[in-house]
Amino acid sequence: MTAVKLYKPGAILVVAVVAIAFPFVFSGPVDTNYGVYALIFVTAVSAWNLFSGFSGYISLGQAVFFGSGAYTVAITAHDWHVTGTAVFALLPLAAVAGGAIAVPFGLIALRVRRHTFIVITIAVFFIFQLMATNFSFTGGTIGIAAPFLPWQSATFNNPFYFIALGCAAATIALAWLIRRSRFGLQLRAIKDDEDRARGLGVRTMWVKLAALTLSGTITALIGGVWFLYITQVLPQSGFDPLFDLAIVLMAFLGGIGTIWGPVIGALLVEPGRLYLTTKYTNGYLGEILLGALLLAVVLFLPRGIVPTGGEWIRKLRTRGRPAITPSAPAAEETASVGGNR
Amino acid sequence: MTAEIYRAIVDGILIGGVYALMAVGLTLIFGVLDIINIAQGVLVILGAYLSYELAARLHLDLFLGLLVTVPAMFIIGVVIYWAFIRRLRGRERTAMTLLVTYAVALIIEGLLYLWWGPNFKQLNASYVNSSVHLLGFYLPYVYLYGFVLALALVAALYALLYRTKFGRSVRATMQDETAARLIGIDVNRVAAVTFGVGVAVTAAGGMMYGATSGGFNPNSGYDLISRLLAIIILGGMGSIGGALVASIFMLTVESLVDIWSPNWAIIVFYAALVIVLLIRPTGFFGRQPVRAQ
Repeated sequence: MTAVKLYKPGAILVVAVVAIAFPFVFSGPVDTNYGVYALIFVTAVSAWNLFSGFSGYISLGQAVFFGSGAYTVAITAHDWHVTGTAVFALLPLAAVAGGAIAVPFGLIALRVRRHTFIVITIAVFFIFQLMATNFSFTGGTIGIAAPFLPWQSATFNNPFYFIALGCAAATIALAWLIRRSRFGLQLRAIKDDEDRARGLGVRTMWVKLAALTLSGTITALIGGVWFLYITQVLPQSGFDPLFDLAIVLMAFLGGIGTIWGPVIGALLVEPGRLYLTTKYTNGYLGEILLGALLLAVVLFLPRGIVPTGGEWIRKLRTRGRPAITPSAPAAEETASVGGNR
Repeated sequence: MTAEIYRAIVDGILIGGVYALMAVGLTLIFGVLDIINIAQGVLVILGAYLSYELAARLHLDLFLGLLVTVPAMFIIGVVIYWAFIRRLRGRERTAMTLLVTYAVALIIEGLLYLWWGPNFKQLNASYVNSSVHLLGFYLPYVYLYGFVLALALVAALYALLYRTKFGRSVRATMQDETAARLIGIDVNRVAAVTFGVGVAVTAAGGMMYGATSGGFNPNSGYDLISRLLAIIILGGMGSIGGALVASIFMLTVESLVDIWSPNWAIIVFYAALVIVLLIRPTGFFGRQPVRAQ
């Protein structure tokens, strides 16, 4: 048993070492660019999963927070004439803005469930995209450019890599803590049966709102990082419908509601997406491939890599002796928990 | 000013009819299959492109062309259902079907780009450019024809649902799928045909959209689907009459705000949705009208 107990921290240690060593081994700007994007998406997908994965409320409006974070940093830097590395001090503001937007967003959207909830998130998303286009302080269709950072181009990506890595690690740790906590259990109770959860004394609205706010805060923060990295934000890039879709795809591919599923999904899909967009600049073929991949995932791997993989490992382990077979309704839940033990 | 307001209201009602054509398919599919077809927006655009090809290559009249495009879109709908949606079951079905239709939308959009490119196209015919003087307004003929077509199609759908045996099995499936299966209804077939019908009406919607919107390209589907979703939620998901009323209401509001500021008109669209849902989470007509009766 000790071997099994040591196996998990050991694996995390290996992942951490690989993640930290990556920019030193692959130090070219092209390679680190892949790293930065992958980590931005690891953070964003994990943050999405904190709310949508745990509670079962699928949000297609996560770009609201991402874009708002980007625009918060952009507008404050522009209006207060913040220059140089001081712009990084504005990132907490992005996080605060994300949380502040999540509260009214949640109070409106969380009154409804399932399809209607998804559609409301899409509607809110379009409201934000249109606001970014129409207001004058957002720079309209031209957007806003970031202040110039006086760094050498060869190592320009590295600070961003480590900032994104920090965000990703913190989000994963937070997801792990939440999943084990009472709060996490309440969220999962909502996913299973919201009315029953409420009957058992879970203050469902409060719990959902807290999770959404947390998720929005993190997403806005990483949106601010993304803006400083890419040095420009436009209404179409900050509030991008494909961003929402990509996040959901990554979460589903990895396995929603798990800790490592979103991480694996983001690490697999985002570099591939980046490669396709650089290779086929017109984007159409990339779009078709993204759609086809999404179809394949939903049709052939509907529960994601982590739960399915966890099941295979368990099957291998229990081969030859009678496995404890849980009763039918609990089977699915046990499988998804087992995947990341 | 008063004339402008009247004009905006008339415009809103007529364009609302066009949107009703597209929204009815979406709400019907939702009512029967309990899924939201995100691809509806891009399917409308596909319908518009089909009409465009028929008009450009075969010089077929736009309305006559519908005799070809509507069946074609019906087949496309049935194929999408059989290939991708039929197999989805279980707990995550809501999210899964949404993702599948989103993926289908992406693929179709990409193919449209490959085939027709990003340039804006418009459908043209004699009645698109000429107007009739009616009650003090100049109205393009196509708006009037389209509005009549929309009303006729919505009425036909109503008749299909409430006056035929097929309609009865559709409504039975909506009420209780298991019970419908037990009394011998082929639920899968009903679902496939409903999906096909829901997609087929978009052919008419697409033709009208292509003729009245002042240009479309493969990307127009996004703008459309978000509006259509707002409409069907406002009307009450699954309610055909609700979709018609909500389309006309929303487009009239948009057209009124358009007098004051065109840029903000679309936001009002979504803001109206949010406000109405705050007061009445089931939309104007709830989900009852289609299910009752």
